Amino acid sequence: MIFEYAPAPESRSVVTLRETYELFVDGAFTPAESGEHLTVVNPADESELARVAVAGAADVDKAVTAARRAYDTVWSRMPGAERGKYLFRIARILQERSRELAVLESMDNGKPIKETRDVDLPLVAAHFFYYAGWADKLAHAGLGPDPRPLGVAAQVIPWNFPLLMLAWKIAPALATGNTVVLKPAETTPLTALAFAEICQEAELPPGVVNILTGAGETGRALVEHPGTDKVAFTGSTEVGRQIARAVAGTDKRATLELGGKGANIVYDDAAIDQAVEGIVSGIFFNQGHVCCAGSRLLVQESIAEELLPLLKTRISRLRLGDPLDKNTDIGAINSAEQLERIRELTDTGEAEGAERWSPVCDLPGSGYWFAPTILTGVSQAHRVAREEIFGPVLSVLTFRTPEEAVAKANNTPYGLSAGVWTEKGSRMLWTAERLRAGVVWSNTFNKFDPTSPFGGYKESGYGREGGRHGLEAYLG
Amino acid sequence: MAERRDTGKATRAATRATGEGAAPVRLAVRKTYKLYLGGAFPRSESGRSYPVTSADGRHLANAALASRKDARDAVATARKAFGGWSARTAYNRGQILYRVAEMMEGRRDQFAAQAVAAQGLSADEADRVVSAAIDRWVYYAGWTDKVAQVIGGANPVAGPYYNHSAPEPTGVVVVFAPPNAPLLGLTSVIAPVIATGNTTVVVASEKAPLAAIDLAEVLATSDLPGGVVNLLTGRVPELGPHLAAHADVDALDLTGAGEAAVEFEKAAAATLTRVLRPTPEADGGEEAWLDPDPGTSRMTPFLETKTVWHPIGT
Repeated sequence: MIFEYAPAPESRSVVTLRETYELFVDGAFTPAESGEHLTVVNPADESELARVAVAGAADVDKAVTAARRAYDTVWSRMPGAERGKYLFRIARILQERSRELAVLESMDNGKPIKETRDVDLPLVAAHFFYYAGWADKLAHAGLGPDPRPLGVAAQVIPWNFPLLMLAWKIAPALATGNTVVLKPAETTPLTALAFAEICQEAELPPGVVNILTGAGETGRALVEHPGTDKVAFTGSTEVGRQIARAVAGTDKRATLELGGKGANIVYDDAAIDQAVEGIVSGIFFNQGHVCCAGSRLLVQESIAEELLPLLKTRISRLRLGDPLDKNTDIGAINSAEQLERIRELTDTGEAEGAERWSPVCDLPGSGYWFAPTILTGVSQAHRVAREEIFGPVLSVLTFRTPEEAVAKANNTPYGLSAGVWTEKGSRMLWTAERLRAGVVWSNTFNKFDPTSPFGGYKESGYGREGGRHGLEAYLG
Repeated sequence: MAERRDTGKATRAATRATGEGAAPVRLAVRKTYKLYLGGAFPRSESGRSYPVTSADGRHLANAALASRKDARDAVATARKAFGGWSARTAYNRGQILYRVAEMMEGRRDQFAAQAVAAQGLSADEADRVVSAAIDRWVYYAGWTDKVAQVIGGANPVAGPYYNHSAPEPTGVVVVFAPPNAPLLGLTSVIAPVIATGNTTVVVASEKAPLAAIDLAEVLATSDLPGGVVNLLTGRVPELGPHLAAHADVDALDLTGAGEAAVEFEKAAAATLTRVLRPTPEADGGEEAWLDPDPGTSRMTPFLETKTVWHPIGT
């Protein structure tokens, strides 16, 4: 490196945290019946950020009742144009408070401010804007002349994109006339609670949005509550299976956005510098805590020797550290538990014969950190080629022919995302056509947009979020 | 049972010539009803069969009683056929579905006689059901090259990217055919599944399976590649659990699953198999399936949406 970066931290002063957060039910912050709380920490330094209430079965019941009442008396009867105006109002407030929310998200999640500021928050506001505009146009969505909302939606979201996942769930549900009870992840509830304040600020009718904090048990109580009509879940495939089983025999509809093991195919004619950038953003964006991460690099054998050194050089230049530093590329791992899982799986990869490489990289003394890692010499049978690591670990495999690339890419129970790098249009389309994945990025990776449907094939779940397709999940 | 086959001119002439009670000059050649797997008509590997009776209790024929091994073979065959069938052009699939209608039209009398015998329909009712079944193939033949335009499209993303979403078939779909609508109901559940490029394993109506095998004979002569439709005759409680839990099955149509529908949906959860729950017409007779425009509701549950991005630049 020719020069050193000076620290450029974003100010935390834009965020005012309360010591304790209660549940957001029926338009007001309400203590949990249990009186229990859990502590939310900043994964970058393990400092305590706040205590949040743990919702139990009685709280779930209250929230579902509030959502039902709001659905019956207000929200489902409101003209679509008026519903839309509430969503436009929320989108505007999100934009106005985006700096504060970006900093809060980075503190709560550990992801770099560069990403929360430039990716998460702009997409959150855009998602509300997009679905706001649908609210009075549902008859034109190709789902029949008079599509009806389903009722109360139970929504459970993960910790990797806390506010963005909230937007993906709440915006289409509200636009279509449903009311929601949403449970943010145990480790990242703070931006959802800030969103509850935004609902108050927007004067959204009480009960239309309810936010219940808690852990797995709260989520289970919510998705199994008989008073809901719809379950929307983003998270692990294992929990997705449980939910699919739980809704069997009920009238509930479910959409599930689950795990992935995305293949990123680099052909020998790819623009190699662009491909290297794409591989890096494919796996190291958000510390690899991305269900659609390009966690399996499939590189054509003839260019592997040329590409790998370039990739390693590029990875060596990634800056790992303080998530609030504007120069940081890789932030903290979200929790001690996730860090342990990444360590365990990566060690397994090494034990199974893969060669492990990480750049020289100082990890901060406190907090949860994992250096960007690549594993070469990985075979299809290795656990690191089959299981989702959900961390900054790239498994590298090679192929000789396009047919072999496609066969290897599809050799997984998952089917969420894939990447293709080639300068030849016909080869790109040929490959994209054969990949069994819900999103294919060609000569790019990890791009998201509210108009673009997202969701998986096979065990990556079912249903789509985003775009016109995303409305289908909330209309009967 | 001989009566059911007494539709050929030769037989009628023979009956006239010999009079009441006497042995016919020419004995009718009966059909052995077998399974339809991979384009061939094998017996059940188990060697079992079961008697099929008419609506008023007369013995009509013996149908093959498929085993769980037959079910597994059928899934393997459907999987093998998926790559080729899904890669056909939509236009070509439409041509083949239209060809099915043509072949069926040529066998109207056979299907009508079957409907009269198996379901006790009047000649007029049977004619209406057969006509509707033929027209259903024409209907879905027309959908093959339109559904992608209707449910896919360009996504106007906020950036210099070309982005579009298009539907793709989900893969191998197991169809539990409606129990009381063995021809029109059966056609109504098979045609939308294969129109979109899926391949299928169908468990025919247990009590009225013969029309399904007659239909298989039509499919076998319509340029439909072997393995795209595989038909099992047998018992839902015996075959269903294995098909519902099969890891290489991508979707279930539970229309004819009856009381087992919930159990099958739970089994399907293990591999996130897509599920179409029984619809209101599930238990109805053929008349429940007469709507000439069922729309996309039986196609979209078996489609995935693929979204492709590409940068725009010089």
